[in-house]
Amino acid sequence: MKTIVKLLRKPIAASILAIVVGFIIAAIVLAAAGYAPGPSFAAMFNGMIGRPKYISNVIIKATPIILTGTAVAFAFKTGLFNIGAEGQYILGTICAVIVGVTFNLPPLLQIPLVILAGTLGGALGGAAVGWLKARFGINEVITSIMFNWISLYLCNFVVNTQTFHQPESTSTFPVNPSSYTMILPQWKLSEEGLNALSGTPWLYEVLVKTDVNIGILIAVAAAILIAVLLKRTKIGYEMRAVGLNREAAQFAGINVNRNIVTCMLISGALCGLAGALSVTGLEPHNISTLAAFENNGFNGLSVAFIAGSSPIGCIFAGLLFSGLIYGGQSVQQVMGAPSDIINIMIGTIVFLMALSQIVPMIADRLERKSKGAENA
Amino acid sequence: MLNSLLLLIGITLMYSTPLVFGSLSGVISERSGVVNIGIEGMMVVGAFTASAVSYFTGNPWLGFLMAGIAGAAIALLHAGASVTFHADQTVSGVAINLLAPGIALFFCRRLFDNAAMTPVCTTLPKLFGEGALNGTPYASLNVDVTVALGFAAALIMWFVLYKTKWGLRIRAVGEHPAAADTLGINVERTRFICVLISGMLAGFGGASVTLAIVSQFTQTAISGQGFIALAAVIFGKWKPHGAYGACLLFGLAQALTVVLGGGSIAIPSQLMAMLPYVLTIIVLVLFVGRSAAPKADGVPYLKGSR
Repeated sequence: MKTIVKLLRKPIAASILAIVVGFIIAAIVLAAAGYAPGPSFAAMFNGMIGRPKYISNVIIKATPIILTGTAVAFAFKTGLFNIGAEGQYILGTICAVIVGVTFNLPPLLQIPLVILAGTLGGALGGAAVGWLKARFGINEVITSIMFNWISLYLCNFVVNTQTFHQPESTSTFPVNPSSYTMILPQWKLSEEGLNALSGTPWLYEVLVKTDVNIGILIAVAAAILIAVLLKRTKIGYEMRAVGLNREAAQFAGINVNRNIVTCMLISGALCGLAGALSVTGLEPHNISTLAAFENNGFNGLSVAFIAGSSPIGCIFAGLLFSGLIYGGQSVQQVMGAPSDIINIMIGTIVFLMALSQIVPMIADRLERKSKGAENA
Repeated sequence: MLNSLLLLIGITLMYSTPLVFGSLSGVISERSGVVNIGIEGMMVVGAFTASAVSYFTGNPWLGFLMAGIAGAAIALLHAGASVTFHADQTVSGVAINLLAPGIALFFCRRLFDNAAMTPVCTTLPKLFGEGALNGTPYASLNVDVTVALGFAAALIMWFVLYKTKWGLRIRAVGEHPAAADTLGINVERTRFICVLISGMLAGFGGASVTLAIVSQFTQTAISGQGFIALAAVIFGKWKPHGAYGACLLFGLAQALTVVLGGGSIAIPSQLMAMLPYVLTIIVLVLFVGRSAAPKADGVPYLKGSR
């Protein structure tokens, strides 16, 4: 009993329980709709990890949402709700494309430049929201929502400018190849590369058939960096203090307003970084006219909450989220069951995370019960 | 000139109506102290239910009603989590935004042969009857009946919140639940009911898209209106009349892009489309200033805590 209580007290217990119950509820919905849950899940996992190519794609698709998830989690820890991750991600893609198309330097300079441009774009978007809150007291939720739309239309505007518009398409020119962050982009398609790879089929599949890129390494590093910043530095301590109690932090001499701007700047920078990495790492390396949001930012909200707002947790939550979405397509292909079941499942998991403080309460109750049994 | 002005008014009213229902949904919930980020999701469910019911029964009014009930059913989850179990309301709302469209599309594909949209359904009538003012310049004022319903809903909510005992209780619960509790007001029940009403209104908001503006449910029927409505709540300072005004402004901005879009104006359409959102921020900075949310908005009420 004691070990169970101990396990339930760990923060990760809530996430794992939520995921398990999410699967159970999805199984019930599938069964009720007349689809066998077992084979459906089998199809999903097969579509997730059944081939090297699938695993590679899951990791590739996890990259942006790990970053936006970390961004939302970070802001949440500092008492801010960054619903503007979507817009900051778009700003990141816009700035990366503008710089990546305009400049054509050697990769060693070009790649950092393009990524920096995207990061800065997102950071500016975030900082603007923070500044409006700090300076004028305007709720960050409303400005973030407005900035999401402004970014979307800004993207459409840039796509249609003469300089960047690729004729007879709905997109811009791709960024110069010197900005690509795929692993060995030229070599893997050269004759020499294809010959070398033909010996190892899994490597061939991963490298040639997917846009495998260095983004995931940067995303994981960023999540770890944010975790360290929050937990191990004075600035991080101040940020968390502001998040827990703004008045008390102010009283303790922390500059709350500057803190708000800094936090939103960092959160926005992470989203912009995500956008830049999508441009440099993925086909078609450009931006297109957006009719609706692509949800790279909004999915970050889900990732952050599945992770219980832990930056490190976002790495795993991001991989899980990406895996479910990617593998979920197979449920429809193989079983004919609507792939929307995946959204129901993810929604259930996030919903249960909202209820996560019940888990320690269960632990308390179990402990009391077992103590009562010992005394009797 | 008169024609285009009337057209502008007509389109403004048309586009603002779903937002009006959505923002009233936010007002009632947040005035009682429960943040509702999930308006978007509730609207999607309402939009789907409305068009599906109207398609199968041929009765759009029944569709409208059922959309309200479906919205309230989704709100039941939010109420249960955030009121009964003191959950994090933001997280619960985000979950609703994932869960609700998932449910709507799941049923949609199940009912309509794997299609992510419903067939075209019977829509609600126009305010003065079909084609009543045709031929006169006032034809564009023969707006959808939902426009009047939205206005009535705002009027009723204003009356209830400010002129009745119930309204005073709701506001008290949102401002200072502990004080309300000592006076014998049941905080949890009040909040629970307000969240359910919030869901119903959001459902109506969804229905007023698929039963009036377009005549079927598609995956993009509701694309961000719930979030704009949320912004309108804050813009309107959590007041029903304020939110109504904010929605009109958003509707007007959207109508301007439609009316002026076809003209020979040199501004690129994407920048025109950006205008309402830029304008909102400017208005907030210049005229509205500090947002004054209900004091206990978003804070779960634990009996005995201060």
